[in-house]
Amino acid sequence: MKDTTQKTFMLNMGPQHPAMHGVVHLILELEGERIVSSKAEIGYLHRAFEKHAETETWNNVVPWTDRLNYVSPLINNVGYVAAVEKLAGIEVPERGQYIRVIACEISRITDHLTCLGASAMELGSFTVFLYMIKAREYLYQIVDNLTGARITTNFTRVGGVKGDLPPDFSAKFAVAASQVREVLRDCDKLLTKNRIFMDRVEGTGIISKEDAVAYGITGPFLRSTGIPYDVRRAHPYLVYDRFDFEIPVGSTGDNYDRYLVRMAEIEQSLRIIEQALAQIPQGKHSLEPAEIKYAYELEDMGKNGDTELISKYAAKVDQTLEGMGKETHGSVRAPNRWATLPAKENTYTNIEGLMNHFELVMWSWGVKIPSGESYSAVEGANGELGFHIVSDGHDGPYRVRCRPPCLFIMAALPKMLDGAMIADVIPTFGSVNMIAGELDR
Amino acid sequence: MNLQQGERRDVPAAQNHEALFALKSEGFNMLVDLTCVDYLPQKKSPRFDVIYRLMRFDPVDGKDLGRVEVHCAVGSEPVLRSVRDLWPVADWLEREVWDMYGVRFADRPAIERLLMYEEFVGHPLRKDYPIGKRQPLIGPKSGDKADSPSFNILKPTVTGE
Repeated sequence: MKDTTQKTFMLNMGPQHPAMHGVVHLILELEGERIVSSKAEIGYLHRAFEKHAETETWNNVVPWTDRLNYVSPLINNVGYVAAVEKLAGIEVPERGQYIRVIACEISRITDHLTCLGASAMELGSFTVFLYMIKAREYLYQIVDNLTGARITTNFTRVGGVKGDLPPDFSAKFAVAASQVREVLRDCDKLLTKNRIFMDRVEGTGIISKEDAVAYGITGPFLRSTGIPYDVRRAHPYLVYDRFDFEIPVGSTGDNYDRYLVRMAEIEQSLRIIEQALAQIPQGKHSLEPAEIKYAYELEDMGKNGDTELISKYAAKVDQTLEGMGKETHGSVRAPNRWATLPAKENTYTNIEGLMNHFELVMWSWGVKIPSGESYSAVEGANGELGFHIVSDGHDGPYRVRCRPPCLFIMAALPKMLDGAMIADVIPTFGSVNMIAGELDR
Repeated sequence: MNLQQGERRDVPAAQNHEALFALKSEGFNMLVDLTCVDYLPQKKSPRFDVIYRLMRFDPVDGKDLGRVEVHCAVGSEPVLRSVRDLWPVADWLEREVWDMYGVRFADRPAIERLLMYEEFVGHPLRKDYPIGKRQPLIGPKSGDKADSPSFNILKPTVTGE
């Protein structure tokens, strides 16, 4: 007689599940509490980033990149414009490169804090979640101060960044860094040797070096297996070759190693920012308050015929974007007129700046990147974040391909889940740090 | 030279598997990316360019020893062979290329969509797929019936395209 008893049963985790970071669907085949096979279904947050990018101008794609990995938007901003600049052969001034490094590293810390905090919460440690989100908030204040927004940063431009560092940035960051370090010390005491936490994460979600390479996994996930690959070291972009930092690695590739690697990377990122703030070349960026006037005051001067006088002042254009009130764009943006937006004080106060700006933002005029293809990668918080860009010489991209680092980890998820217990899904999935915005684009 | 991009190699689509296998034996052990570009408006024939991005990766000290990008020009007929046997992650990446461009792979006829849903009609990243097109499950914007003449007609955009 045919045996009709079924030994396994299916369980759907998601698309909406409290332990899934974003909308994702895991289909598990279970035998008791053991996972026999698993499958991940993605695409619930597909927003057609790549299709939209083809209809935008080069600079207009930057706000879309914020929404890729929305926990570390600044890295996406930098990654995208780096690919465009590589194709166009634009060199960003040193001060601009330092500001980009600082922005990237702040984002990396916020990303790691979110990942660790959320995973800890799912394993029952709500205190750590609150502490880490508190630390992230200190850094979001810094990001807000720098870019004018906490998450939708839109900070880079082709050829540079939006504005210079705001006044007292170093001092503000030093305060935030000490607060973050204090939180990390607390969380370290709460988690690293905590029996309850270690029982859940130690020895679960193991991935071997061979599998990690076969699946194209990069970032903290790869480093937890003991391979010290980091795009910042392998291809030192921006000015990363000038900083002294370590690449923390694990040994076994389990969830506990990934936790330790991320904790150690936060400290390394803080070190990089401190070195960058110490090294950053001083452009003409410390204007006296008496040299800055509101744009409308300068406009009035122009109307009164004091055109000679205008050039002696810098324009304060927007109270919320503190870095923009200073006449420093020469040191944060590439000095070319065909691709880099002019400083706002020029746009508002003289006809050359106004026309330059207008031609760069006008439909079908704009920034014309020479035709060709380029691929450029930066170290995202999850791994190698690559952008492959094709231009046909028009004012917008012909094709933008984003290589999302967590897609490669998600593809390998069944490797880590099959044979494990259902309770192991939570720490393993937490350590993947799946960001649906980046995964589904 | 752009080291992250690597050297470009053009390979006939019918020999993609052999060429990639040879590269893998040469030491290019990591498939960094697999993607596609549609050259329909530029009237290239065949219209698609499928790009395999490989890295010669040193798993001991994590060094990138060189990269290469393999370009295969294909139409939508199944000429390319799947490289799932060389790199397991190619499974998902090929599903994405099929989903977005409708490029098929010879030895996997029953391929699933990766990002879009099962009932989705068409391949959205093709250049002839209008960005404002509405899908049957979504329904018409104005409440028109799906067979009405105004359904699925793209409104002119600012650029006039």
